[in-house]
Order: sequence, then C-alpha cells, then structure tokens
Amino acid sequence: MAEEHYLELSENPVQFEHASSVNNVFFDEANKQVFAVRSGGATGVVVKGPDDKSSVAFRMDDKGEVKCIKFSIGNKILAVQRTSKSVDFINFIPDYPHTEFTQECKTRNASILGFCWTSWNEIVFITDQGVEFYQVFPDKRNLKLLKSQSINVNWYQYCPETAVILLSTTVQGNVLQPLAFKNGNVSKMSKFEIELPVIPKPAKLSLSERDVAMATIYGQLYVMYLKHHSRTANSPGAEVVLYHLPREGPCKKSHVLKLNTTGKFALNIVDNLVVVHHQSSQTSLIFDIRLKEPDCSVNTQQPVLPARSIHPYRIPLSGSAVVPSQPPVPCQLYSSSWSVFQPDIIISASEGYLWYLQVKLPPTVKLLQDKGKLMDFLLRRRDCKMVILSVCSQILEGSEKAELPVVATVFDKLNQVYKDYLEAEQSYAAAVESGPSRGAATQKRPVRTQAVIDQSDMYTHVLSSFSERKGVSHKFIIAVLMEYIRSLNQYQITVQHYLYELVIKTLVQHNHFYMLHQFLQYHVLNDSKPLACLLLSLEGTYPPAHQLSLDMLKRLSTANDEIVEVLLSKQQVLGALRFIRSVGAHDNVSARKFLDAARQTGDQMLFYTVFRSFQQRNQRLRGSPAFNPGTF
Amino acid sequence: MLMISPKMASGMQEKQYTPCLLNFFIYNPTFGPREGEEEKKILFYHPSEVEKNEKIRNVGLCEAIVQFTRTFCPTKPAKSLHTQKNRQFFFEPEENFWIVMVVRNPMIEKPNKDGKPPTIEYQEEEILDTVYGAVVRQCYSMYKLFNGPFGRAMETGGVELLMQKLEKFFYRYLQTLHLQSCDLLDVFGGISFFPLDKMTYLKIQSFVNRVEESLSLIKYTAFLYNDQLIWSGLEQDDMRTLYKYLTTSLFPRHSEPELAGRDSPLRPEVAGNLLHYGRFLTGPANLKDPEAKFRFPKIFVASEDGYEELHLIVYKAMSAAACFMINASVEVTREFCEQLDGLVGPQLTLLASDICEQFTINRRTSGPEKEPQFKFIYFNHMNLAEKSTIHMRKTASVCLTSVHPDLMKILGDINCDFARVDEDEEIIVKAMTDYWVVGKKSDQRELYVILNQKNANLIEVNEEVKRLCATQFNNIFFLD
Repeated sequence: MAEEHYLELSENPVQFEHASSVNNVFFDEANKQVFAVRSGGATGVVVKGPDDKSSVAFRMDDKGEVKCIKFSIGNKILAVQRTSKSVDFINFIPDYPHTEFTQECKTRNASILGFCWTSWNEIVFITDQGVEFYQVFPDKRNLKLLKSQSINVNWYQYCPETAVILLSTTVQGNVLQPLAFKNGNVSKMSKFEIELPVIPKPAKLSLSERDVAMATIYGQLYVMYLKHHSRTANSPGAEVVLYHLPREGPCKKSHVLKLNTTGKFALNIVDNLVVVHHQSSQTSLIFDIRLKEPDCSVNTQQPVLPARSIHPYRIPLSGSAVVPSQPPVPCQLYSSSWSVFQPDIIISASEGYLWYLQVKLPPTVKLLQDKGKLMDFLLRRRDCKMVILSVCSQILEGSEKAELPVVATVFDKLNQVYKDYLEAEQSYAAAVESGPSRGAATQKRPVRTQAVIDQSDMYTHVLSSFSERKGVSHKFIIAVLMEYIRSLNQYQITVQHYLYELVIKTLVQHNHFYMLHQFLQYHVLNDSKPLACLLLSLEGTYPPAHQLSLDMLKRLSTANDEIVEVLLSKQQVLGALRFIRSVGAHDNVSARKFLDAARQTGDQMLFYTVFRSFQQRNQRLRGSPAFNPGTF
Repeated sequence: MLMISPKMASGMQEKQYTPCLLNFFIYNPTFGPREGEEEKKILFYHPSEVEKNEKIRNVGLCEAIVQFTRTFCPTKPAKSLHTQKNRQFFFEPEENFWIVMVVRNPMIEKPNKDGKPPTIEYQEEEILDTVYGAVVRQCYSMYKLFNGPFGRAMETGGVELLMQKLEKFFYRYLQTLHLQSCDLLDVFGGISFFPLDKMTYLKIQSFVNRVEESLSLIKYTAFLYNDQLIWSGLEQDDMRTLYKYLTTSLFPRHSEPELAGRDSPLRPEVAGNLLHYGRFLTGPANLKDPEAKFRFPKIFVASEDGYEELHLIVYKAMSAAACFMINASVEVTREFCEQLDGLVGPQLTLLASDICEQFTINRRTSGPEKEPQFKFIYFNHMNLAEKSTIHMRKTASVCLTSVHPDLMKILGDINCDFARVDEDEEIIVKAMTDYWVVGKKSDQRELYVILNQKNANLIEVNEEVKRLCATQFNNIFFLD
C-alpha cells in the first residue's frame, strides 16, 4: 500500500505563524505569498513566499482590521483593504515615499469585494457593481482609472497566470463573465452559463464560489465546476464539469469528470492533472483530460487511477536545534482546516504550513495495468523520463515481461513524441536559416521535455543492458530490437548505428548469420562506414560478410579509398585497379600501394601489368611514363 | 515419357527428341559384397519393371566405373560417363550410397526416303554435366528434406525401411522431373527474393516475431510472397530445398485450382469480426470439417546435433504464404490450428494487401516498363539470390523459357568456364542466331545477358552491358 500513494506534499513546506486571534493569515494566489498579520500589522507583517527572496517582514500602522493584503508583482507596491469602500497603498520601492495613500472605489454605494494586481502597477477592484481597473503611480502617490465595467457581481475568481477575472453574475450566480486584463486593457471574453443541478424557486444565489475554480491545463484556460450530486437527478455521484475558455470564441463545456461518490471535494491542478480531493474518504482522484475516451462530444472521463490518499506526511517538530531528538508528528491529512488554492497549493492555516501538491510517478506504474494508457499518461508528465525508461526495462525482463504487441505499442508512443520534437527542431532550424529577421522571431526554439526519449536514452538505459541479460531468449532480444527499429522507421527517424551494432552483435553471438544476411539484403540495417567495417571484421567467421561489406561501401559512394584497401588486402590488385578506374579516380591515386600489393603476390606478370598501367597513366597526364618523385 | 517437339528443317520433316530419363537407381555396394547377392545392393531402381539381371548388370557397371576411375583420383570420383546414346551421372551423397541417373541424349530422327528406317543422330554434346549433376543432387536433397538422410532410415528400420521410403518418395518424385527443361537455373538452385521496401519488410519481421511469440510451438518461420522469398528462419541450405519444393510443387498444385476458378471467388473466413482469406495449404483443407485430419508433412532440417524433424504448416492468404515449422515430437491439434488460423489469418491478409500495395507503388514509380533489348540471369552464390528475365513463371508441369535452347546451352557453357577459375572473368559470345551472349563474374556473383542487337559490335555490346549493370545493379559491388 505504502508505494501506492501517488500524491505527496512537498518536502519543504513554506512555514508561517499559524492563524490565531492575534494573527490573521492571508494568501495571495498571484505571488503565492502568505501574509501573517499580527495585530493589524502593528506588531509586524511577515510575508513568506515560495522562496526566500520573496519573503519580507515589515510593520504597518494598525488602521483597523485587514480584509485583504497583497503585493503587486515583484513586491513593488503593497495594497491593503481594510474597509469595503477603499484600498490603501504603501510603496515598497526604495527611495519612494513610504506613506500610505488611499483609493476609494468610484462607483457610488458599491462595496469592494476584493482586488487583484495584474502587473507591478496595475490593479483591479472588484465591487458588487462592477470592476474598476487602475494604474498606480507610486511616485505621485495616486491612481488613475484606466477602465471600468458596470455589472452586478456576486463573487469573483482570479487566475493570475492568464490575468483573467471570472465574475459571477445574475441572481442565481450561474452566468459567468470572464474578463481578460493585459497592458492596461480589459477585454470581455464570451460569457457562459453553468447548468445547475436544480433550479431554485424562487431564484436565489445557487452557484457557490467554493465550487468554481479556474486553472490552466495543458496551456488552456478552464473553469472547473464542482457539480454536486443532486437527489433528483439520477447521477450516481458528483462530477467536475470543465468549461474551456479560449482566448477568442465561445466558451464550451468540454469535459465531465466522474467522481462516482458524494461529499466534500476540493480541486487542484498538478502537472496538468486535475486532482480531486474527497474529504470523507480521505482520498484523492486524478484525471488526465488528454486521455481520450472517444464516445461523445463532451468527453466523459473516469479517474485515471484508483483513489488513494496523499502520502502520509510527518511534520518535523520545529524548535531549537538543541533538542533534535523529538520524533516528527504525523500530520492530519484532509483536515477541515485545509484550504486549497490553484493550481497546486494546500494551506493549513491552523498549523502554519503551505505545501505544494506533487505527483509521484513510480506508484502509478503498478496501478495502471494497460501499458499503452500508462505510456500516454507518463509521456504527459513533467519528470517522466526515468519512470518511462524503467517501465521499458520492466516490460522486457522479469516477471512483468509484456508481449511483443505491447512492447510495440510502447515504442510507438515514445517515438511519436520523439518524432514531434525532431520535427519541431527541424522547422525551427529551417526558420533560423531562412533569415533572422522573420523566422526566429516568430518561432520559439522547441523545448525538449523529459518525454522526449531518444535512441541514446533507450540504448543506454534499456536496450544495451537488456540484450546482455542472461536468461532472456535471444529470439526475444532480436524481436524487441527489430520492433524498436521498425517503430523508428515508421516515424521516419534515422536509426543510429549503435542499434544496428547491437542487432548484429546479438545475431553473431548466436550464429544467426543467415538472418543477418537477410536483414542486410533488405537494407533494414542502414549503410554506414562503421557498419561496413564491423561486417569486414566478421569475414573470418562468416565469409559472405566480405561481399556485404563491399556492397555497403559501394552504396555509400564516399568510401572508395576503403574499397581499394579491402581489395588490395585480398590481393585483388587488378580488381582494385579496375574499380578505381570505374569511379574515375585513376588519375590521382598513389601508384605505390598498388605496386606494393602487386609485388607481394609474387606474380611478375601482374606486377608488370600494374606498372604498365600506371606508366600509361603518367604518359597521358604528363606526357612521360616516368613517375613523379613526390607523388609516387 | 517422350516429349516431342517437331522442328522444321530444310523442307524435310525431322523429329527432335529432347533428353529424357532412362534409369534412376540407388545402390550400396557394401550390402551385397558376395557373388550371388548382387541384388541386395540395389535399393531403388527405376523403371522397376526392368529385368533383374539387367538391373544387376547396370549397377555393376557403375560400380566398376567408379572403382576404376577412383584409382586416378581418389578424392574426386567420377561424376559422369558420356556415351553416344546416353549420359550417366554418379553421386555419392552418403558414404557408400550411390545415386545414378541415366539420361538419354537428345536426338534428331531424320526420315529417309524409300521407306528405309529413319536415321538417328544423337546430339551427345548438347547436354551439360553441370545441369544434370545438379538435378541428381537436388533429388537427394529433396529426399532428405522429407525423410532425413539415408542413414536415418537405416538406423530406425534397416534396409527394408530405407527401400520402402525410397520407393515411396522417388516413385512420385521422378515423374515430376522434367529433364528437357533443366538448365542453368538448376545449377544455381537459387532463391528468388521478393523486392520490398524497408518498412514493409520490418512489418513482416514484426508479424513473424509476434506469431512465434504467441504460438511458442513454432520454431521456424518462412515468409513468401508471389512465390518469392522474403524471410527465412531456416538456414540457407534447408531453405533452398524447401523453396524448391514450395515453388515447384506445393504452390503450383494449389494455384491451379484457384486459376481454374474452382475456389474463386474466395470465400473469406469469418473469424471473430475479422474477414480474412487465410487457409492451410498443408494439413486440413477445411477447419470446420469435423472429419478434418490434422496431419502435416514432416521435414528434416539441419540442426546443431545433426538434423531435426519438423511439421511443415503452410498457410496462405492471397499471395502471401507463411511456413510455420513445429517440432515433430509435438502433436498438432485442432485447437492449435484454429488458434493459428484466428491469429495469422487476419494479420496475413492485411500484410498481403500491404505488400501488394507497396509493390504496385514501386512498380509505378520505376516508370512504364519498356520491353528491354536484353534478357538476363543473375545469381549470387553468397545468398543464393537469383533473378531471371529469361524464365517465365514456373508451373507444376513445366518451366518455360523465352529464349532458344541453344542460347541456354551457351549460358551453361559460360557457367562451366567460370567454375574452372576463381578470378573475375567476362566472356562475350556472338551466337549463331545474331544474339550476343555476355557472361560476367565478379567475386561471388554471376550475370548472364542475352542481347538482341543484330548489328552491334563488340564495343557496343560491352557498353550496353555496362549500362545494364549501372541501372539494375547499382547498389551492389559489381565490377565492370
């Protein structure tokens, strides 16, 4: 069981002073900072970020209870909301005046629900009557209204990665209006309606802020709606409904994730996986929206893996280093004091911890039996390389050895990704070559993710050790190597010669020369000089290798010198001479090695013939049969 | 048995008789060393109705010739004996076992006027030792493929069993020998390989490996398309004989009913949801038949410790044929055959159409085929690859060539010349009929070209052959 926890909390959580009557804790999703505000700031505000650089501590005057507190991007300006009418600002730019300044919302009688920074000096106030978009001038200590939108708002959500604010409107709250902010501009994206499980009568706010989250999955923005099980509808459990929000065009309901249970849920996005935590069972489910279940237009999906709890976590008892012997205390997972934030943050305010949720890939291997599906799943994960390679080794050896069709499927999946990367590289290179002015600017250099498993990876980590392993039948080894070569060929990837060498080595070791001969005959093993030399070295045990090697050198057409050497070493002096003539290199060849070889045969007639041939050449080239001393 | 092909010559009606088989016998001199026991030496004699004393006389004569000539060269005993009327071929495949074939020389019967009996002219120089020597060796190889070496029958059942086996095998086999159409290709005993692109070849590899994995009883597999070899899991020598059997006996026997339309349109078997055209060429003709017998021919192939006995399952879908070989000690059951049919049938059908598609694409890209000015035979001793544009498709009954026998004779003569020396050679011959015949030997490869260019001179012919090499053989090391 222990190895089956595929989710874990980050090992080094951000620690902060836990929430209490004197200490209020706030979390800013944009900068991922936790604010611990003691006594309204008078006794100190401690800001902890994901790394030490973003941690700050300061004091501010206690001007009433803080409702919301956030830094602008880059910790330049601090915004504090204390009332429902205004937001206060404090400069954190060195050399700028530190005194607070205040901005009231422009709409009369509106109350501020909250605010979001969209850049280092741009801020959006969300009020119950609309949004106000300001630019902050820290030097002048004032703000300028850039844009405003008037709309009734129940609540809002903010996705910092895309700078999109989602507003809940209408009485029931289920009409959502996304707004995108960029460089001082607001653009209205198409609004959409979320289907409620039951329509209340009389109408009242029925879509809760808690049941909606925004996140980017595979680079696309989605709104996730946790649709609770309703007793009237005959669905067996709750669902997560995903709405895809494209930059342009209408929003579309795209996926339905079946939870098959009911209760309290929370959502995270980790490594492009939708993680659904279920509190009562203390387990989590994961969904990969790219795993296709091709039956209907709205993709209905089941969890990728069976539900498992997050890996047990022990809190190291902090305290002085003097008493290090205190054993760590197990942390209560799925506690009701947990708050979950997008994409992958879990905060326990009562204990003073912020964790990042992480996916552990090795346990998934055992839980996902279908190797094809497993590969699809792994290839989309971030730190997948070593796990994929270990799966490859696993399906080739030992008790979990898979059948060839499965091996083939796995290879094909790997090579599809490999091929896509090579193609992207190639078109990038072509673009760079075509001119730095246009090409390079429009095209980004493709990123080589861990999912790109190339031939050298496979060779080093999987194939070379597998082919040397005892107890594996050589038939299977050859079949696997050929399957890999087939797969590479299918994706038109040039096969590296070391793979061919592995094939040859295995065949030679088991005396399957005739098989080797047939492979070469059908040019399954691509021509190369190293391969031709390898074949030459086999001549002693398998004489036909000589012919195969010469054929290969001939086809390469850049190995004429090698061919001459081979022929001369076989004392086929005339053959060498005829060959060098046929390729038109007779004029600039050195006569010495031919004459040497001819003399070694002890055949005087042959020596004479070769000698005359070169004399005639000299005559033709220089008008004299004599040899040039230098070029002899 | 006489094949008669009339030929017109100078206004007079002549009859030409092609070479034919007179005798074929197998003996072992150690089985009847004493006088009066000579008959015991004879293990097989064709024709069987020959009188006993004549059999003994003929065997004795052969024995004597072999013994006598051995004194001149103990390591290379006599291979053939030329006489005016016939030619005898001697072959000792296993110690003291001799196979002798007597071929009547071709002859021309010239009618005489005045009712006199016709004059018979024997053309004793028209037949080639190499060709018929190879035929004898092939007879033995074929026997060995299906029965194992002579020594095996001796071990298991003594002389009686051996004689039974010889009788059973050669009685039928000799009827399929068509001595009049034997030629250079019999000397080579080559294998025609199906030209194929790399990807399709790899798919076939993958198919073979998968089948061998899921049906682990299968020890070796061979794959053919259009009667041409693509993959052999058997060693070269065994494949050579098996290939000969498949292409000259098994396939023609099954293709003729197909061509005759008896089986066509083929009814696709429905296995699961997959349509396929697979069927067994050996073993059960119809799997659904409750009476079906699951007996397959057994073959013997070389193995590390002598030879091994295997069941030969030949399974075909459209033009693709797969031979599966299974250890003979295992019984092949109905369940196995059904499993094989279900697994291989759909895949092989798919592969066959893939190969066919690739093949037509390749043919199209190579351009419209003009009737070339030349015909050729190519053979590579290293992989036994042969290619002939001279020979038409082989059928069970006869092998057709598209050139005159005289030209084939010249090819055979050139081949004999090549066999005498190790070095690369080139021979150009102007035939009586205005054809040019060119033979080239480079390392282990031989190429024979027949050019139909009446007024060409030697230089032009040489150029023409060079061009041919450059287009047809540019991817191998073939010296000009």
